[in-house]
Amino acid sequence: MTVNDTEQPDEVLDCLGQRCPLPVIALARRLPQLPVGAVVRVLADDPAAAVDIPAWCRMRGQEFLGVTTVDGSPGYTVRRTG
Amino acid sequence: MPYPRHATVSFVVVTSVYLDSATAAPLHPVARQALLAALDDGWADPAKLYSQARRARQLLDAARAATAEVLGVRPDEISFTSSGTAAAHAAVLGGLAGHRRAGDTLVHSAIEHSAVLYAAQWHTAAGGRAVSVPVDRLGRLDLEAWSAAVSAPGVGLASLISASHEVGTVQPVAAAAAACAEAGVPLYVDAAQSIPHTPAQELAGWSTLSASAHKWGGPPGVGLLVVRKGTRWTPPYPHDEREAGRAPGAPNLPAIVAAAAALRAVAADAAVESARLSALVDRIRAAVPATVPDVEMVGDPVARLPHLVTFSCLYVDGEALLHALDRRGFAVSSGSSCTSSTLRPSHVLEAMGVLSHGNVRVSLHRDTTEAEVKRFLAELPGVVADLRAEAGVVGL
Repeated sequence: MTVNDTEQPDEVLDCLGQRCPLPVIALARRLPQLPVGAVVRVLADDPAAAVDIPAWCRMRGQEFLGVTTVDGSPGYTVRRTG
Repeated sequence: MPYPRHATVSFVVVTSVYLDSATAAPLHPVARQALLAALDDGWADPAKLYSQARRARQLLDAARAATAEVLGVRPDEISFTSSGTAAAHAAVLGGLAGHRRAGDTLVHSAIEHSAVLYAAQWHTAAGGRAVSVPVDRLGRLDLEAWSAAVSAPGVGLASLISASHEVGTVQPVAAAAAACAEAGVPLYVDAAQSIPHTPAQELAGWSTLSASAHKWGGPPGVGLLVVRKGTRWTPPYPHDEREAGRAPGAPNLPAIVAAAAALRAVAADAAVESARLSALVDRIRAAVPATVPDVEMVGDPVARLPHLVTFSCLYVDGEALLHALDRRGFAVSSGSSCTSSTLRPSHVLEAMGVLSHGNVRVSLHRDTTEAEVKRFLAELPGVVADLRAEAGVVGL
């Protein structure tokens, strides 16, 4: 999955070097503080983030937009839908 | 003396509750008896021609016959290996070597045991090919993709785990075998978690099968490799005459005798015992999501192994959870990345697309009591709540 290039995130959370579940926790803390429709990109190099960020979106009813590479690291893009 | 003479040392007595039979079940009492007897009686090399060797050979033959009877196969189809892992390696690499002319592609599910996946890596490193077939969110094989993969040209062997060792989902072995039969591809089934809960006869259609004695209450260090008559299988290692040329080295006879004794004992109670454990697992599957907030129950709730249940707790560190449970006496396993030596999440959870952190696998066995399960269910919510409070993630 790749993000549409026109979809620029409103905010980037730098979780590089953090072990899971920390990137998921950072996303869970920040996303509800943003307006519905806001797009957040989580930069996370822990391989578990690839599984856990989409799973969190499913459990919390948020929209997982995809994964893209930012400066060689994975960035997971999420839109607040509720 | 480790302690000063007048110091008061207080111990908190924690009763230990072992809930990791999917890794290794406690030794069955019958296995212990058989092991001790065979240490006295079965130490000689069964291949030699003196009386001690004849006695050892009798024990080996009897163990093979008993195992064959439980599995519903011919004794000469069974080879005892040094572990379930060794049997899985032999099944994959020997099966591929035997079908080299048909093709060099191994088709396997995405949720095979790491022993099979490492054998697949070995095969591809040597120039072979491997195709991984996906599973759905419940961990069920995508049968359509499987049928397409096995009927593609150049497939030498297909490999399917009978039921997931991590999440318990039972795989559609009969349907997968039918697809293989139609394509003329031999099927290897890794039955390590299913035997003895599922009679081997129900796992129809396979050409090779492997299992592991310490999953059923036998000692560690005994695996089974079963190769059906008429199946081509070529040793992937130098020739050795033992075990029909399929498992090199002197067999660990006392352990094999113990493994066969345990298998016969557990197979005799399997139906009753599986029903008892399955009811306990149902209770866990109902109680955990009702008492622990933000938990994802993992795996198929119906088509599942009777003794195994897996769940993931949102925002909880899997390693911290294992240690916290261990301090209260509970031994469980986890597929979370922080608990693995590679620091990668379990490939099974990854393939299913389910939450991988805060993951716990509970697997029951014949010594597991209702009281133990009740105690686990009573203590788990507090353990998870404490960890979430410490991490400051309550209410997220």
